[in-house]
Amino acid sequence: MSSKAISVVTSTAVPLKIENVDTDQIIPARFLKATNREGFGKNLFRDWRYIDNDENKPHEDFVLNQKKYSGKILVAGKNFGCGSSREHAAWAIKDYGFDVVVSSFFADIFRNNALNNFLLPVVVSDGFLHKLFTAIIADPSKEITVNLPSQTITLDGGDSETFQISDYKKTCLLNGYDDINYLLSQRAKIEAFEKSI
Amino acid sequence: MSKTLFEKIWEKHVVESIADGPDVLYIDKHFIHEVTSPQAFAGLEKRGLPVFRPQKTIATADHNVPTLHQELPIKEALSRKQVEKLTENCAKYGVELYGLGHPFQGIVHVIGPELGITQPGMTIVCGDSHTSTHGAFGTIAFGIGTSEVEMTLATQCIMQGKPKVMRINVEGKLHPGVVSKDIILHIISKISASGATGYFVEYAGSTIRSLSMEARMTICNMSIEMGARGGMIAPDEVTFAYMRGRKFAPQGPDWDMKLEEWKKLKSDDDAVFDRELNIDAGDIEPMITYGTNPGQGMGISDTVPDPEKLQDESERNALRKSLTYMGFKGGEKMKGMHVQNVFIGSCTNSRIEDFRMIASLIKGKKKSPDINVMIVPGSQQVAAQIVKEGLDKIFTESGFFIRQPGCSACLGMNEDKVPAGEYCVSTSNRNFEGRQGPNARTILASPLTAAATALTGKISDVRELLNVNPA
Repeated sequence: MSSKAISVVTSTAVPLKIENVDTDQIIPARFLKATNREGFGKNLFRDWRYIDNDENKPHEDFVLNQKKYSGKILVAGKNFGCGSSREHAAWAIKDYGFDVVVSSFFADIFRNNALNNFLLPVVVSDGFLHKLFTAIIADPSKEITVNLPSQTITLDGGDSETFQISDYKKTCLLNGYDDINYLLSQRAKIEAFEKSI
Repeated sequence: MSKTLFEKIWEKHVVESIADGPDVLYIDKHFIHEVTSPQAFAGLEKRGLPVFRPQKTIATADHNVPTLHQELPIKEALSRKQVEKLTENCAKYGVELYGLGHPFQGIVHVIGPELGITQPGMTIVCGDSHTSTHGAFGTIAFGIGTSEVEMTLATQCIMQGKPKVMRINVEGKLHPGVVSKDIILHIISKISASGATGYFVEYAGSTIRSLSMEARMTICNMSIEMGARGGMIAPDEVTFAYMRGRKFAPQGPDWDMKLEEWKKLKSDDDAVFDRELNIDAGDIEPMITYGTNPGQGMGISDTVPDPEKLQDESERNALRKSLTYMGFKGGEKMKGMHVQNVFIGSCTNSRIEDFRMIASLIKGKKKSPDINVMIVPGSQQVAAQIVKEGLDKIFTESGFFIRQPGCSACLGMNEDKVPAGEYCVSTSNRNFEGRQGPNARTILASPLTAAATALTGKISDVRELLNVNPA
């Protein structure tokens, strides 16, 4: 199994109870000047994390600054990842240490970017999202299990929901394959298509 | 079977459909820029791959370039390195680059159409969400992430699930002072910042047909702001007249042949859309936004909505958060409020028609001394045309200074930023928190509303300057 592959994640979670989180909040444009993919995690939610852009002045009430919350799962309000197509947003979330983002609704481009970086976007119902927020906030030590093979998300102690993902993407994530590997294997078909147009 | 325009173009570009998976979609034209391409080229290098079809990719530097003294080396080291990396990559992989100093340089979504590279029926991608702009020519054009940029460079294909299709019909005559930016801000305020997620939108109706190509581009540009994968308008005589004779548009017999193909690009009369929305153009006022997403917009004579009147708790909290950031209160009017900044530019509104429209409003009037105004043309060609038409003199006489082309304060990546806490009436596309600089407060509006604000120093109803009665 490739090191990128993702299968079952059991972890505590960080509750980001905000809707319409856009990719400018996830990683502001002024941090997009790097020409590699690494190191964006330290600027994740930069302007929500720090007062006046000063790392010595954290916003105490922002979830990433609250010591009680940690883990590999980010739970966020609906329409997560809207706005700019910057893949740096997915890189920042992954680099910070999250493997899964749960929301009731993801923006299309972010969702593709997340999948291409082995960051699993899990779509749950509004009701289940509400349950997750309530449970995590009441007890931050509560664990959530996201099981990709069975396509289920389970809250420690019982409540569970299934989530959708295409067979193709599921196979990719479970085996650490990416779309480029697939497309390169289809080169003959692509060349034949070009001749047909 | 009858089909929508979207379906016709999509199906023509599917190389392969994967069962319970995405389609492999062939891409006709790929635009790249300095910010979202370096990691894609690094990926190619790591895999030891060439660019598969280098002649189908066009590069420019726009997101992170200065808008003053472009003839000098870029001062800021990281920005300079990013722009140099693009130059290096394009030379190494054989990709055409319209970099700084090139007469074709400019915002990627301005130069594609003005050079005639964008053509009806194409599939177009770029690592930028406002790629939807090119849909104004009847193309399937959408923004992609850097992994997808790498895919396109490596194979000229990407893997995409087919979105649903929505048609938005705009019918009737616009009131004086109301322009295409107001139409799209009105639509987004009706449908919300996420209301078209999962859809590709076709704009139709008599109002849309009556618009110029520049105005149509403004509308398609902001499709992403309601979550849509992209937006498109069927090509017509307006499209063909705009395209004829452009640098990379087909010429001679090729033009005639292409024209016949392009004329067929429309949705069948009985095509079925997954969703339809009807808008009455007569309902639209000059629009402004009050919040921190583009769906939070209203007519200029309206009052800011009151969060305490909302029933839904999460909606109430979201609106409270937005208004706290913006420093507005529910129930207040924004018209007449003092603002410190106006930004005129971005891929939404920086084309020649925008400058003509503003020039006709400001001619013989003076800029308010209390306001900082940043004016940034979309491309070198737009900048040259401004001079050719003598519009620069009108701007100068009114006290305005025109900078050099780039994305500028739309996203505040370069040094063009709105100071913390200050307001900016902006012709750009996003009023997100911090978008134009940390703690900057953005109010989206049309070029006319922005220019009226620049003259008065206050959020202004352009109809009062035009001496037309608000409806």
